[in-house]
Amino acid sequence: MAIFSRTPRAPLEYSRTLWMRLWVGAVMVFLYAPLVVLMIFSFNDSKRNVVWRGFTLKYYDKALGNDVLVEALVNSLTIAALATLISLILGAVAAVMLWRFRFPLKGAVDGTISLPIIVPEICMGVAFLIFFAKWLEWPTDLIWPFNLGAIIIAHITFCFPFVTMVVRSRLATFNREQEEAAKDLGAGEWAVFRDVLIPHMRPALIAGALLSFTLSLDDFVITYFTSGPDTITFPVKVYSMVRFSVTPEVNAASTLLILLTILLTAVALKLQGVKAIAETH
Amino acid sequence: MTDAPRPIIQIQNVSKRFGKVTAVDNVSLDIMAGEFFVLLGPSGCGKTTLLRMIAGFELPTEGHILIDGQDMAGIPPNKRPVNMVFQSYAVFPHMSVADNVAYGLKIAGVRGGEVKDRVAEALELVKLGGFEDRMPDQMSGGQRQRVALARSLIMRPKVLLLDEPLSALDAKLRAQMQFELADLQDQVGITFVTVTHDQDEALSMASRIAVINKGDVAQLAGPSDLYEYPANRFVADFVGSVNIFEGKLTLDEPDRAAVDCPGLGRVYLNHGVTGPHGADVWVALRPEKIYLHVPGEGKAVRAAAQDAPEGHNFARGTIKGMSYLGDITLYDIELESGARLRVSRPNLSRHDQEDFTWDDKVSMHWRADSPVVLLG
Repeated sequence: MAIFSRTPRAPLEYSRTLWMRLWVGAVMVFLYAPLVVLMIFSFNDSKRNVVWRGFTLKYYDKALGNDVLVEALVNSLTIAALATLISLILGAVAAVMLWRFRFPLKGAVDGTISLPIIVPEICMGVAFLIFFAKWLEWPTDLIWPFNLGAIIIAHITFCFPFVTMVVRSRLATFNREQEEAAKDLGAGEWAVFRDVLIPHMRPALIAGALLSFTLSLDDFVITYFTSGPDTITFPVKVYSMVRFSVTPEVNAASTLLILLTILLTAVALKLQGVKAIAETH
Repeated sequence: MTDAPRPIIQIQNVSKRFGKVTAVDNVSLDIMAGEFFVLLGPSGCGKTTLLRMIAGFELPTEGHILIDGQDMAGIPPNKRPVNMVFQSYAVFPHMSVADNVAYGLKIAGVRGGEVKDRVAEALELVKLGGFEDRMPDQMSGGQRQRVALARSLIMRPKVLLLDEPLSALDAKLRAQMQFELADLQDQVGITFVTVTHDQDEALSMASRIAVINKGDVAQLAGPSDLYEYPANRFVADFVGSVNIFEGKLTLDEPDRAAVDCPGLGRVYLNHGVTGPHGADVWVALRPEKIYLHVPGEGKAVRAAAQDAPEGHNFARGTIKGMSYLGDITLYDIELESGARLRVSRPNLSRHDQEDFTWDDKVSMHWRADSPVVLLG
């Protein structure tokens, strides 16, 4: 076994066995090969994606020049940002409430709060369609960004349970003696919350925000059902473009989106430190 | 400190019930200003509940707690003139050492240079000078405890409460911190109230100890009184190790007494007990107060005779077990009655532990002032 280093393998060092390395390699290929191909073909100088015809940046030009596509992207980012912000507040408050207080029907609230995670998206989509269009008669002709209201509300509905989940598991590790120590040193309830509890929740808040943002950004089904006739988001626009043909323009737009997501994640990790976020599991 | 001792904490008929469980049962205690007071007891005896009631984290079901003469009823923990060092230390992990220590001052609205000076002073006090910028996760458990101490001391409380302060430290560090805490208390002159289940800790640090059993004060005394004159079987057994034998009081005069113990024989004392004649009593005898002799009884009997005018405190037995602890060796001895007696013997020279071994027949004697007669 020449490919291994000279020291003998310890019983639990599976990462040094050949079959494990092959397996990990295969998983990596299946996970990332499609993305890599997508990115490479965004530079393909051809109208169709199948054959490589040389390097070009013109489809980036074209994508960025596509007004509808850019509008869709701006819409998506706006929706994601607002939905994340509100989900974060709502989710964190719900988590603290469920962790800290006893109140009537707590069991019921606890049970239903994560319902949006398990209800199939298509059901949620139809439900929102009926809710907004038929029952609430939500106006569809508002000016930007108010025309995104219905979508944002829908996104908050399925995002905030994730925030609640992450924050709650973080709160479970909170040492109540820290709260008592703060009070012992003179802090009131608000100061305890600000100085002790929020710093403890911070990695979970960042993890929850990242989750919400990505969930909202790439949601198709629910958005498709809740968007009005004149509102378009990035996934919906890409879908409609792909229906005609998969052009490198779609690849270019997708690549930009991937880069944007990676960048945001990197910033978030940098803000908090990878370790602290990993701690929230 | 010329005045008579002034009570800084007065616990008056305090009871605490959690549902049907009575954690603290009608306790009354006065803790004096400047004392190093220890609440000692087994886990679940109510000592921590008592401490938390002083801090204000639990409210008494009945009774009153006065701090410096002021009734604490209705005063929340953040308004009480006491500070607490928690068992887990509860150092804020996201704040630097300096921010941790300054926290109470910042809440109190102290600003600017005074904060910096007092933080430096407090850290100096706990020997952490220069650690201002460290984060708690870069420190050892012992150092984090010092941060917690500094964080409380900086508030200049009337009373410092410590919940099991040494339980998380290793044996060496614990011994060192026992001295340091006592020194620190001397230095700052603040009343310390400590909760512990460790009798060594209590004996070494306290000026007075309240032994708590099942929510009640079993005995309140200074360390040596507690050890040498335990008031009841619980205290005798909980503080230090002890041999306890049941017996009947058969002789009780002002200057001497005798107890007939089925297990140990007749035990003579050189002082009176003032208990009812023929009463059921218990004799407590500490392992280190028993002298061990090689067989050939003459020497033991002579030694026993020297201070026992009425008879000899003398017994025979067989060594059934021994454990060598370095400084002392513990012997488990089976008496002729079948009862067991624990005897400890200092290893005064390097080969002392070789004098006795398993299944050796031995003789024992003890002085007539060593046994303690317990009525309850």
